[in-house]
Amino acid sequence: MRATEFSPSIPSRPVYGGLHPHGALPSLMLAEGAGGEALADLAQADPSVMRHAHLFYVPAGAATGPDLAVRLRALGPASYVEGPSYAALRPRFARALADAHMGTRLYLAGSEGLIGQAMAEALAAGLPLEAIDAEHRGGFARRVQCVHCKGITENVATDPFTCSHCGLNLFVRDHYSRRIGAFQGVCVDAETPGIVPEPQEIKP
Amino acid sequence: MTIRFNDETFRDDYSFRNSATAIRRFPFPFDKDDYMYSVNMEPHGTGGRAGSVFEKRFDVDEHYVAEMRDRAITLAGDPLRCQSLPHMELAGWDLLELIMQCKAEDYPDLFQLHRDGDRWHWINRPLGIEQRFTFLDPTTLPCGPMEYITRQAQGDFAVLDQRENNLWMDAGMVTSQADWSLDFDIGMNFFEWHAPVPKAAEMGIFQRALKFLLAIPQGAPSRRLNWTMTVNPRLDTSPENYHLWGPEKRTITPENVGAKQYLRVELQSFWRLPRSNALAFPIRCYLIALEDLVTVPKWARRLHRVIRDLPDELAEYKGFAVNRPIIIDYLAQFDDGKPTSPGIFPDD
Repeated sequence: MRATEFSPSIPSRPVYGGLHPHGALPSLMLAEGAGGEALADLAQADPSVMRHAHLFYVPAGAATGPDLAVRLRALGPASYVEGPSYAALRPRFARALADAHMGTRLYLAGSEGLIGQAMAEALAAGLPLEAIDAEHRGGFARRVQCVHCKGITENVATDPFTCSHCGLNLFVRDHYSRRIGAFQGVCVDAETPGIVPEPQEIKP
Repeated sequence: MTIRFNDETFRDDYSFRNSATAIRRFPFPFDKDDYMYSVNMEPHGTGGRAGSVFEKRFDVDEHYVAEMRDRAITLAGDPLRCQSLPHMELAGWDLLELIMQCKAEDYPDLFQLHRDGDRWHWINRPLGIEQRFTFLDPTTLPCGPMEYITRQAQGDFAVLDQRENNLWMDAGMVTSQADWSLDFDIGMNFFEWHAPVPKAAEMGIFQRALKFLLAIPQGAPSRRLNWTMTVNPRLDTSPENYHLWGPEKRTITPENVGAKQYLRVELQSFWRLPRSNALAFPIRCYLIALEDLVTVPKWARRLHRVIRDLPDELAEYKGFAVNRPIIIDYLAQFDDGKPTSPGIFPDD
């Protein structure tokens, strides 16, 4: 699977420049599902990136199965941590960010939800944006914050959708907050309660 | 001049009213008969046209007390309308100093500021507030400095950090916004928080505006006017509460449009802050019912032409496309086709 090419959008909508090797620098790597392929490609381009890399991997939801996890481990990172979900992996990832020294690189690969959450965590920990490489792999579902109740719904595949917290019908904007790591959802039938357009599948 | 402060509301029964004086001094935003985005900056400061909203640096009008009451109601329901990222506290003190100093100098009968070194004594007569505190010591105020002073100043306030050749929306008090969310946009840079605005980016507006704003020096504030349309005199047209006020947008009829449809004008000003080098960005909101606006013949003619000829995209973005035909029909009766004079002020 190749990195996703998104259609042009507004300036707050994130674009993912892909993973590029920065040599044998101290680094954190985090991938989910098919994002593991991007890390494997990175290591193939420059095997030295793995020498000081702490690799975090979430195989869950990947059609790629356990084989990819085995392959990633075999790339020889300085450490390898696996978790069933980003939420489960997050405390260990946050600890690694807190322990990171100046000059550490971060490589993120996977869904927009994973990239968004991990990037928000990294920026809050003080990592500069320029130190982060990200590559989108996998589905196009979005992480969306309801502007009304502030609850975040993961894996939103259609527009509009129903907020999993307050139940309002939300349309999905391209407006995106890096701090929250989510797109903005706004009530679609605010002016005409009950008149909700037919949901459409979200496209890249 | 003493101001009589109105006892009025901006929600529920909407008892907000403009006096004859307030109508005459309304900041009508169109200096000609058509409208398109522009970087329409001009100097702001003391010495503005007498009686106009530009006369003083932070205009105080008959709505002051009621607007501050409305802000308190909004904040009580949603504390996230006021936020300041940790590195912005010094800018908050800068803003407090700027507003206190300007208000005390421009309205000595309403506000007083006594300073003895860093021991300050602030008196706000309209709101009945008297506060002794130590400048730069947050433990001597009931809340953070930005929140403290912006609970006593009309209009929204964004406080923008300047770094990496960009401006960052890193603090703000936002309770009377034209449908944007501080909570969502906080931490964004100039291009990111303007991302949803159609057309302006491709016109190069934001590049030019940013260049101008980055270069604003201390002691030389600037201003511009921006506008939209709002149904009912509602200050809190936030996205957070859109599901609550949205239905009101569909209540406009040919019979009530004059009374219920308001022109909403933002007087935006830009101030370099001395200690933090941040940029204070007050966004002051003025509301006027169409039936009051048309009592100034020049404004009635011009507003009709502007709304009639506005590109659809802008009417859509500003959120009044659905009511535009009724608004145009209403305004048309006040437009006799005569030429209008240049500039924004009434003719007589």
